[in-house]
This record gives sequence, structure tokens and C-alpha cells, in this order.
Amino acid sequence: MNISREVVVIGGGPAGLAAALEAKKCGLQQVTIIERDNELGGILQQCIHNGFGLHIFNEELTGPEYAHRFIEQVEQLGIEVFLNTMVLEIDADRTIYAASRDRGFIAIEAGSIVLAMGCRERTRGAINIPGTRPAGIFTAGVAQRFVNMEGYMPGERVVILGSGDIGLIMARRLTLEGAEVECVLEIMPYSNGLVRNVVQCLNDFGIPLYCNHTVIEVHGKERVEGVTIARVDENLRPLKGTESYIECDTLLLSVGLIPENELSKKAGVEIDGITGGPVVTHRRETSIPGIFACGNVVHVHDLVDYVTEEGMIAGRGAAEYIKKGPSKGKPVRIKAGKDIRYVVPQLICPQEIEEDSISLYMRCSRPLGRSRVVLRSAGGEKISQKVIPLGRPAEMIEFKLGKEQLQAMMGHEGFEVSVFER
Amino acid sequence: MKKIDLICILCPMGCSMEAYVEDGRISKLTGNRCRRGMDYAQSEVFDPRRVLCTTVRVSGGKLPVLPVKTEVPIPKDMLKECIKVLAGVRVKAPVKIGERIVKNICGLEVDVVATRSLPADK
Repeated sequence: MNISREVVVIGGGPAGLAAALEAKKCGLQQVTIIERDNELGGILQQCIHNGFGLHIFNEELTGPEYAHRFIEQVEQLGIEVFLNTMVLEIDADRTIYAASRDRGFIAIEAGSIVLAMGCRERTRGAINIPGTRPAGIFTAGVAQRFVNMEGYMPGERVVILGSGDIGLIMARRLTLEGAEVECVLEIMPYSNGLVRNVVQCLNDFGIPLYCNHTVIEVHGKERVEGVTIARVDENLRPLKGTESYIECDTLLLSVGLIPENELSKKAGVEIDGITGGPVVTHRRETSIPGIFACGNVVHVHDLVDYVTEEGMIAGRGAAEYIKKGPSKGKPVRIKAGKDIRYVVPQLICPQEIEEDSISLYMRCSRPLGRSRVVLRSAGGEKISQKVIPLGRPAEMIEFKLGKEQLQAMMGHEGFEVSVFER
Repeated sequence: MKKIDLICILCPMGCSMEAYVEDGRISKLTGNRCRRGMDYAQSEVFDPRRVLCTTVRVSGGKLPVLPVKTEVPIPKDMLKECIKVLAGVRVKAPVKIGERIVKNICGLEVDVVATRSLPADK
């Protein structure tokens, strides 16, 4: 099957949905979403807990409810959707090769592309936990899918490694479904998740959180029988003499998310080594003209509201590319300075910006008290600053730039964002 | 006088607070960095509530389970009992998002609703 479309969005989760809707609202007729699963919504369909949409809708929705708001609009606007379709490859000339049972092998010539593939979970292999390889070890997201959509319990006595939000959410979920969650282990000295989740998922249920701890061995032949845990030093190395054994039949891993960029890399898109996602401009355009990216594929988000905002930016960018052609400006770099882990977008062209304001998104690289986030030009001139009461790597910072700041940014060779603790 | 430790969740600061309870009221609150901490302490100490989000079993649907939630927060100490009730619920597909699955759960005058639509399995 050989077809052509104006805008093709790869991934029908919150990022892809927002991008497709925005491209359609910008006036394009041929907008298509390609989704590998049998329905739209992406990861939201398995996130049955509430807390989504506080910023965008001023409500606390569950994942499926949030997804529904956008899926309904996609249906109303008549956006074409290819479900159960896997994109296999993208060319730099924006030809997409995909396959599905219904359509067979498809080649789509796309006017512009939006990458919205999301991210995947880091596995046991990636963190090299020693021991046997019995059944009963799952990443937290897989366990979440099993419980919330497939209707299976992964086990009855659970140890969770990693105190990021997915691990915390699953600690509560499994407890509600009758499992015994022994503890949550966190290798860092502080929890990685939202305070709200530590309180409502652990404290509410009396589940202990052991910071500065990790799993050093898995035991069990056919099925997990237990894990050996140990305290770690400041270099994250297990301390001899601190080992203890916990009997369990299930080990859940919540040890990190990685943007899913196999397609991007194959197409030759430039990837940022820190975020793991494409280097993007303020329009979320990648290093290949006409290919845009948004959502967790660019950088792992905490709030789906920001994912939706980013999706809209990329969708608008993809539409403008069709309507007005490639952008002519030469973007300059925004570098991550002191105590900033990364900034998105990495590239900006202030003279091209039509909006009244844009936002920079960043994370600090270590926990900080009350601090000033400062945006300077490469030459050292201060453009803008923002005071934050607290800096947590687990909570993304949004730094808004208004008309005045954007004006002041014109003509500089580059920029740097740094954070200074008071 | 009773001292209750709690962590405020209203903003990312996550202030660790101590509430001193006397004669059925909070006579002193320490550790909060703003006034909202007192509002949180008031509700958490005397009437802690949570929205319950879980799944119920479905027959004849595209999926074997349906995600549901209590429409409003319910008393925290009723979570266990409500979970038990919901574990015994069986729903028939198709289901529409927002549909009432259990009315007035455990006599709390709170309904449990579907948080997604689930078509019937062909």
C-alpha cells in the first residue's frame, strides 16, 4: 500500500493526540495518527489512578478519563487513525514504512512527521542485578498493565525497587488488590517521586520506604523466593555487613524510563545524550527538517499537562511546515549550566517566535533549597530569572519567557540556564 | 493532648508538620511554611478522605477489567471495606464512561463510576 499524507503522527498517546488535534485545527486536511495498540490513549489507559489534568482542565482525572477528552475530539474532527499498526522505519526524506494485519505493508509519503512514541522502562539487565533468573520479576509498568487492563495479579508478596512515581503507585495498587507489599527500596538518599505519592501510596498503607538501599541478589529457581538487599554508600556501592534477606515472590522494578528513539536514530535524527531524545527547537523540530517530536520521546515528563502542551507545539510546527515551508532562521543553542541537568528546547530562534510567550522546561541535577533559575546569553547578559522555593530533580521546572524576554534574546549567539541556591 | 505527625501534600514543599490536638481541635501546628498547611492538617486529622481508584471484573468486554473510581473522596478508613465490595462486582459490557457501577457504596452516599468506555467483544 503506497499513500501520502500531509501530517503523520507516530504514537496515539497524549503527545500524539495533542499534536494531531493541533495540526487539524491549524487547517490541515490529511492528518493521520499511527498507533501500534488496538486503541488510542497510550500509557494513560493503564494509569487508572487520578491526578491528571490539574493544570489543563482544573480537574483531577484518571488516565483513561484524560485520554477520553482528546480521543473524543479526534473522532469529532474526523482525524484518520491507523490502529494495530507498527512503524518499522522512517527515512530522512520522510517516507514512513509500517505494517499491520489489516493493511499489510504500508509506505506513507509524509509532508511532515511528528514523533510521539513515548518511552520504555529500564530493565533488570540494564542495572545488572545478580542472582538467578526466576519468573516473578516485572518492570512496574508491565505489572500495571497486567493488573489494570489484562486482569492478572503479578504475585502475592512484593518487593519494589525504585521509589519513582510508577513504583509508588503500584505499591498502593497491589495492596488494594490484596497483595502484601513488603517495602519500597530507593538507592538514592531521597525518594524520586511526588511527596503526594509517598504519603498516599506508602504512608497510608504502612509500607516502609528504605532509602540508600538496593537489591543485590535475586533468589529462587522457577519463581522468585526472596531478595537480598543492602545499604549503599555515597557512591551507590553496597556496604558489606548491611545485607538482609526479604522473602517475596515478586520483584517490581521502577528504575527509570528511557525515551523510545529507535525510529529517530535510524532516520538520522540528532539525539541529546542527556535527555535520550531528539535535540529540538522551540517548535519541537528535530535536526531533520519536517520531522518534529513531542512528549516522553523528547524527555521524560512528570505531568501529562506539559505533554499535551508540548504536543500542541509540535503539531503546530508540523502544520506550519506544510503551510509555510521550512523555517529560514538559524537557531542558537540553550545550554544547561550550573546544577541544571538539561533544558528543552535545546535550540531557539527568538526572531521566529510569533507567540506572546514560550516556555523552557528543565530539571535540576540535585536537590536544592530555595534557588534562583537564571537565563543568560552566551556573552553573560542576564535575560530573565525565576525563583523556586525548592529544587527537586523529580519535578520539572517550567520557565516562561514573555514578549520582553524574547525581545531581549534577539541577536545573541547562544544562551545558558543555571540555578543558584540562596 | 495528642501529637500527630503529618506531611502536607498541597504543594511540592511537602512540609513535615506536627499537629497538637486538644479538645477536638488543633491547638497548635508547627512545621508548615504557609497557611494552607493548617487547612490540610484540619481535614487530614479530623476527616481524612481519599478517592478510591480501582478495577472491577467485566464479562463480554474488550478487556476483562474496567477501571472505576468513587465520584468524590471517601473516608480513608472505609477504603478496605469498599474494595471488598467492589471485588465482588461483575459488570456486563458494553459500558459507557461515567456510567454508575455501584450506587451509594457502603452507605456512604457516594457512587462508583466507570472511568472509561468499554465496548463489547465481537
